[in-house]
Amino acid sequence: MKHITALKNSLLISFWFMFLTFPIMVIRVNTIENVVEWRWMNMLYVGFGSFVLSFVWRYLISRKEAGVKQAAAADTPSKRLTERLLTDSAFYRPVQIMAAVFFLAFPLIFSTYQINIMTTALMYVMLGLGLNIVVGLAGLLDLGYVAFYAVGAYSYALLNHHFGLGFWAILPVGAILGALFGILLGFPVLRLRGDYLAIVTLGFGEIIRLILENWNEFSFGPSGIANIDRPGFFNIDLSLEQVTVYLYYLVIGLCLFTMVVVNRLKDSRIGRAWVALREDEIACQAMGIDKTKTKLTAFALGATWAGMAGVVFAAKTTFVNPASFTFMESAMFLSIVVLGGMGSITGVIIGAMILILTPEYLRAFSSYRMLLFGAVMVLMMVFRPQGIIAGVRRMYHFPVKQSEKGIGGS
Amino acid sequence: MENVLDIKHLSMHFGGLKAVDQVSLTVKRREIVALIGPNGAGKTTLFNCITGIYEPTLGDIFISPPGGGQKRINGKKVNEITERGLARTFQNIRLFQNMSVLENVMIGRHCRAKAGILGAILKDKKTREEEQDIIERSYAILKKLGLDAYVNELAKNLPYGAQRRLEIARAMATDPFLLLLDEPAAGMNPQETRELDALIVRLREEENISILLIEHDMKLVMSLSDRISVMDYGQMIAEGEPAEIRQNSKVIKAYLGEDFHA
Ligand SMILES: Nc1ncnc2c1ncn2[C@@H]1O[C@H](COP(=O)(O)OP(=O)(O)O)[C@@H](O)[C@H]1O
Ligand SMILES: [Mg+2]
Repeated sequence: MKHITALKNSLLISFWFMFLTFPIMVIRVNTIENVVEWRWMNMLYVGFGSFVLSFVWRYLISRKEAGVKQAAAADTPSKRLTERLLTDSAFYRPVQIMAAVFFLAFPLIFSTYQINIMTTALMYVMLGLGLNIVVGLAGLLDLGYVAFYAVGAYSYALLNHHFGLGFWAILPVGAILGALFGILLGFPVLRLRGDYLAIVTLGFGEIIRLILENWNEFSFGPSGIANIDRPGFFNIDLSLEQVTVYLYYLVIGLCLFTMVVVNRLKDSRIGRAWVALREDEIACQAMGIDKTKTKLTAFALGATWAGMAGVVFAAKTTFVNPASFTFMESAMFLSIVVLGGMGSITGVIIGAMILILTPEYLRAFSSYRMLLFGAVMVLMMVFRPQGIIAGVRRMYHFPVKQSEKGIGGS
Repeated sequence: MENVLDIKHLSMHFGGLKAVDQVSLTVKRREIVALIGPNGAGKTTLFNCITGIYEPTLGDIFISPPGGGQKRINGKKVNEITERGLARTFQNIRLFQNMSVLENVMIGRHCRAKAGILGAILKDKKTREEEQDIIERSYAILKKLGLDAYVNELAKNLPYGAQRRLEIARAMATDPFLLLLDEPAAGMNPQETRELDALIVRLREEENISILLIEHDMKLVMSLSDRISVMDYGQMIAEGEPAEIRQNSKVIKAYLGEDFHA
C-alpha cells in the first residue's frame, strides 16, 4: 500500500516536471529554417529521471523515519557504533598511530604538488577547528569567518612589505589581531541570535573584503601584495621543494597545536559555558554565566586560529589579494564544520579532508563541483544532520558500580 | 527573624498589562514560602523579576546574603544575581539537553570557579585541582538528589521526574541561600511528588537555605510551607499560614471551580 502511494506520488512529480520543462526541453524554434522542432525524447528523459529520483528520495526518507522510530523504541546498538568506536581506545589508538605515521611520512612519499594540496587541506583543518569553537560549541552561526583569515593574511603581507618583519614574528601578531577583530565583531552582535547573527556576520565579512579592495593606500586594492617572504628556517636558503616540505611540517605542527588547545578548551570551564550558552541562553545566565564574556571569548578564540591560518596562507602563496577572501571561503569553512560534525574535532578533520581533497582529485568533474557540493550538503542535512561524526560529551568516571546503569543502557 | 528576600511594592507592566501589580513579599531565613494562584496570575513573572530576567517597572527587591548587609538587586544582570546567592528552576524545564547530567550540574559551579582561558589551555595544577573539585562537588549533589546513576547520560534522555530533580541539582550547585522553584512538581506522579516533598524539606535542613516555591499541588503546598502567599491578576490577595489561607474567602473565590481541597 505504502509503495503504491509512493509510486503514485513519484509519477505525479514526473508529470509535473515534464510539464514544467516542456517549453525549454521539448519545443525548439529553428529560426533559420522557420520550423518548430519537437524533441519528444527529451520529455521522456526528464520524466524518467525525475520519477527515479523522486522514488529513491521517498524510499530513503521512509527508511530514515523507520530508523528513527526503531532507535526511539529500543536503543539500537548500530546507532551508537560510531560513538563507541571513537571512545574505545582499542580501536582508535591504532587508527591514530596509522594517521600519525601517514601524515609524518607524507612528504617522503608524495610529489611537491601533492604536498601543496595536503598543506592547503591542513590549513582548512585549522580553520575548521577554529570555526568549530564559534559554531559547534558556542552555537553562534558565523558566516563572516573569512574576515579573520583576511586579517591574518594582510597583517603578515603588510608588515612584511613595509617593515620586512619575518613569519615567526608575525604569527602571534596575526593570532592576536584575529582575536581583537573577533571581539570587534562580537560587541555589536551580542544581542543577536540565529538568522540575524548569520546576516550581520556575513556583512562583517564583506565589509572587511570591501575595505581591502577599495582602500588602495592601505592594502594596494584589488591588485594585492606580491613577493611576500616565505617562512625563514634559521637563515638557511631553501629551494622551492624544501620550502614546500618545511611549510607542510609547519602546518602539521600548527594543526596539532590547534587540536590540543581546542580539545582542552572543549572540556574546560570555559568550553562548558560555551556549550551551555548554545543549549539555552536564559538558563545559562540563570546558572551564573556571564553571557557577554562567554560570547566574546568564543568569538575571540575562534578568530585566533583564522588569524594564524591567514599568516600561513600569505607565507605559503607569497601573494594576497581580496579575491582570496570572498564569502565562498566562509561557506566552505562552515560546510567543513557542518559536514564533519559540529563540536567534534575528528569530524572537522575528516570534513576538511573530504571537502578540500576530493575536488582536487576529481578534476574531471570540476564543472559539476558546486552542484555535487550542494547535493551532498542537502543529503547530509536530511539524513545525518549531526555530521559525519557527532560531537560526544566527555564521560566522567567515579568509583561507583557502573552496573547500576541509567536508562538507555550506555 | 531576618528577611533574606524583601520585595516592596513591586510592579511589572507589559504595555497596558500589569502582570505584577504592587506586590510585597518576604522570605525569612530557613523558611519555606509557597506562592500560589491561578494560571496567569503573574507568579512566574514575579520570579523573572527577582532573578533579573525582567527589570521591574516599579518597586524594590532587597536581598540579605548570609555574609550580612542588605542589597537592592533591581536591574542587576541575571548572572550577577545568581552569583549573589539566588538560584532558580524553570516551569518549563530548561536543562542543557545535549550535555551530560554531570555537566549540567558542573555548569552550576561555574560562578564559584575561576579558571580562565590560559588555565584551560595550560592545565596547570591549580586549574586541575579546581576542575577536580567541581567534578566531586557536582557528583556529591547528584548523589544527594538520587541522580548519580545517570551521571554520563545526556540530560534529554532522563525520565521527566528526574529532569525536574536535575534542575534542582543544577540550581543547588550554585551555592544559593535562597532557592526559587517554579512548579517543581508539575507533571510528577504522586510517588514522585511525595519524594519531592521530602527532598525540599531535607534541602532546607541540610543546606540551611530558604525556599520560595510556586506550586499548584495543594497537598504539597499545605504540608511543606511555613507561609503561603496568594496572587491573582497580578495582585497579592492573601498571605498567611496554611491554616489561615485554607479558610480565606478571597482565596477560595479565586480558586472557584478549581480543585482546592487539601
Ligand atoms: N514577556 C511577556 N510579555 C507580555 N506579557 C507577558 C510576558 N510574560 C508574561 N506575560 C503575561 O503576564 C501574565 C502573567 O503570566 P505568568 O507570570 O506566566 O503567570 P503564572 O502565574 O501562571 O506563572 C500573563 O497574562 C502573561 O500572558
Ligand atoms: Mg508560571
